[in-house]
Amino acid sequence: MRNFLQKTAQLTFLIAALFTFLGTDQDVRFQTLGHKVKCICGGCNQVLLECNHVGCSYSDRMRGELASYVERGDSDDLTLQAFVQKYGPTVLIAPTTTGFNRVAWVMPYLVLVLGLTTVVLIARTWKTRPQIIPVGGTGRVSNLELERYREQARKDTEV
Amino acid sequence: MSQIGSFALLLALVLSAYSFVAGLVAVTRKGPGAERLGETARRAGIATFAMVFLAALVLVIAAFQDDFSIAYIFHHSNRDLPGAYKFATLWSGQEGSLLFWSLLLATYGLVLRLRYKTDSRLFAHASVIIAAVQVFFLLLLNFAAHPFAVMQGLPQDGNGLNPLLQYPEMVIHPPMLYLGYVGFTVPFAFALAALIMRYPGEKWIQITRRWSMVTWGFLTCGVFLGAHWAYSVLGWGGYWGWDPVENASLMPWLTGTAFLHSVMMQEKRGMLKTWNMWLIFATFLLSIFGTFLTRSGVVSSVHAFAQSSIGDWFVGFLAVTFAVCLFFYVKNRPHLRSEHKLESLVSRESSFLFNNLLLLVACFTVLWGTLFPVLSEAVQGSKVTVGPPFFNRVNVPVALLLLLLTAVGPLLAWRKTSIESLKRNFLWPALGAIAIGAALIVVGIRPWKDMTYLYSLMTIMLSALVGFTVISEFIRGGRVIKGHTGQSLFASMVQLAHRNTRRYGGYIVHFGVIVIMIGFAGAAFNQDKEQEMGYGDKMSLGAYTLVCRSYTQEDKPNYSSEWAIIDVFKGGKQIDTLYPERRFYKASQQMATMVANRSTFKEDLYLVYEGLNQDTGRPILKVHLNPLVMWIWVGVWIMIAGTVVALIPNAVPVRVTAPARIQAAPVGAGD
Repeated sequence: MRNFLQKTAQLTFLIAALFTFLGTDQDVRFQTLGHKVKCICGGCNQVLLECNHVGCSYSDRMRGELASYVERGDSDDLTLQAFVQKYGPTVLIAPTTTGFNRVAWVMPYLVLVLGLTTVVLIARTWKTRPQIIPVGGTGRVSNLELERYREQARKDTEV
Repeated sequence: MSQIGSFALLLALVLSAYSFVAGLVAVTRKGPGAERLGETARRAGIATFAMVFLAALVLVIAAFQDDFSIAYIFHHSNRDLPGAYKFATLWSGQEGSLLFWSLLLATYGLVLRLRYKTDSRLFAHASVIIAAVQVFFLLLLNFAAHPFAVMQGLPQDGNGLNPLLQYPEMVIHPPMLYLGYVGFTVPFAFALAALIMRYPGEKWIQITRRWSMVTWGFLTCGVFLGAHWAYSVLGWGGYWGWDPVENASLMPWLTGTAFLHSVMMQEKRGMLKTWNMWLIFATFLLSIFGTFLTRSGVVSSVHAFAQSSIGDWFVGFLAVTFAVCLFFYVKNRPHLRSEHKLESLVSRESSFLFNNLLLLVACFTVLWGTLFPVLSEAVQGSKVTVGPPFFNRVNVPVALLLLLLTAVGPLLAWRKTSIESLKRNFLWPALGAIAIGAALIVVGIRPWKDMTYLYSLMTIMLSALVGFTVISEFIRGGRVIKGHTGQSLFASMVQLAHRNTRRYGGYIVHFGVIVIMIGFAGAAFNQDKEQEMGYGDKMSLGAYTLVCRSYTQEDKPNYSSEWAIIDVFKGGKQIDTLYPERRFYKASQQMATMVANRSTFKEDLYLVYEGLNQDTGRPILKVHLNPLVMWIWVGVWIMIAGTVVALIPNAVPVRVTAPARIQAAPVGAGD
């Protein structure tokens, strides 16, 4: 009898823990997926779970749909696909990483890398370009020239 | 009334067209005849201001007189609209905002034409370019978006102002933004004029320096007022949604910021002349592009109230402007050759180069993300959404790199910096930043748990790094002055800033930026909760407990409203009472939320009245707990203060008699 009670308690604890864990997991999935979909209430580009438009007739319905998909145990891909099929590709809050949409993600980084390369290359070219030195050493410097150099030195040294 | 306005607009168009044509002829010819013609063009430009001002005044008077025979007033005002919003009617719709744009341009043109003696030829060229832009806007106003179109019949009342715009900040947000957008026309006009004239030296930059800074200051105010408005009115708990119209205001701000930095290289070292020219061209074009985005309907936006079919006009204007810029650039390119070359990668010059690169990458990302839906539709046949996750993922690392450069840049000298000196100046700020990072981990931030926590921690650490370098710059300079004058350190630092306002004003702006960034970092720890709240119901979020004391309804001439009275408790003690509200505007038949926000330096307790549950009749509240949001608004004030300091003319350095053998060390000159 004691053994039976012990087993029942263990089982109850296990089931409770499982449900608690599952519940938490579902909440996390609901939150994660709810931030990957936008509310289609009219051009606001709001994330579904952040849409707070007064009188919005879409967000409640869409949240309900999301909750039912998650509860049913549909995978993330399947859930998002269901939304795309129902509301079109604009329902996803960010471009996917497939097909042409990949370009959206790649371009900014590509521009950054190209820009960095260009800046470094230009800087190196400038640095290594030989200075023109007058043959026969420096001649007599006129006052005007001297003033120009002083002005340049002033600018360079911030004095 | 509408006839006076229509006539004023038509006359303004004729005058600005004359100012453009006569000015163009005058600058391309020589002799006393050309000078006289140029003078008439200048006066026509001034008269344009008078006519546009008259038209704007007529529209405002019509709004106050409830003259609903004018279609614009009918669509954007109503009898019960409060006075301040009737004034704001001027920029609340398509036609009015274009008129307002034209008025601001005419005002800038007026100032420029009155100050023409600074350099009459350069100003004459710039005046022609401004007249050309003015002609475009007046053509739009006269033929595509006429603000004085009349109604068939005389309506008893108007449709009212969009409820989202019935908020005090809306009375100042658009003017600030427009002052910024339109203001960039002036440095653009001077840059193009200098290019056309093959203007020698950097004088055009010195002339436009203050214009650029003032304009940038206005745009900064406009962008953040918009963010504050979104936070206070839209009721979704955030301040920046990466909406195309928000992006439109950010793009010229980013290129304008890049210009303000890189222009120093041209002034100091005669470098980056082509780059600067194109930066200011790009800033102006992006300002116009932003207006195009707002009004064309090419991308979907929350600012849908301003959409129409005038996009083609803007596309045409953008194309012509770009072609003109490109033509003169190709023609006069040799004039823009750099006078010096980069001498070291560890120098102030290279820090500006990288700073510009990052700002432009951020700008490109915003532009790319805004336009990608259009591109996607053209290529794939279907639009995609590019929302906050995209912009945040790409731009946050870029912003962190920019913060790092903001910390390092001021420690670098022009031409070349030794690694030893960099190490020496960087050591203490870096140790301070690391100590702050460690302290944050000790108090509970776990950067390894989530990417947003990691970004947040890095933002705070890098902001601390910038803060320490800025403070150390002030202290180092202040100490030198103190050593010479015997003043207190604080007085010495004030004097230091006054000696080189641009440099130290810039540091204050940087300080404002880091305060804002710390505010942004708080977003990683936002929490929210939604609950139905009947009489006496409780809700807990963070350290707060909210108790619904009551909820009620009210009827006012302009709107009816539902609201709740919520007592706020912390640690068992009542600390506040908040009144979240939802309004129904009668004239426009639209709803709007009035967020109740308890804002402190630590966090905002942000309550949104979402509506009544139809089954129970009890209100549903959404509560957000947003840490550090107030830092953003404080940071903006610091940025504005820094901009104002940078605009103050430098004080003449106090000459200190040095001992015979030791020369007094000069302090605080240069940028």
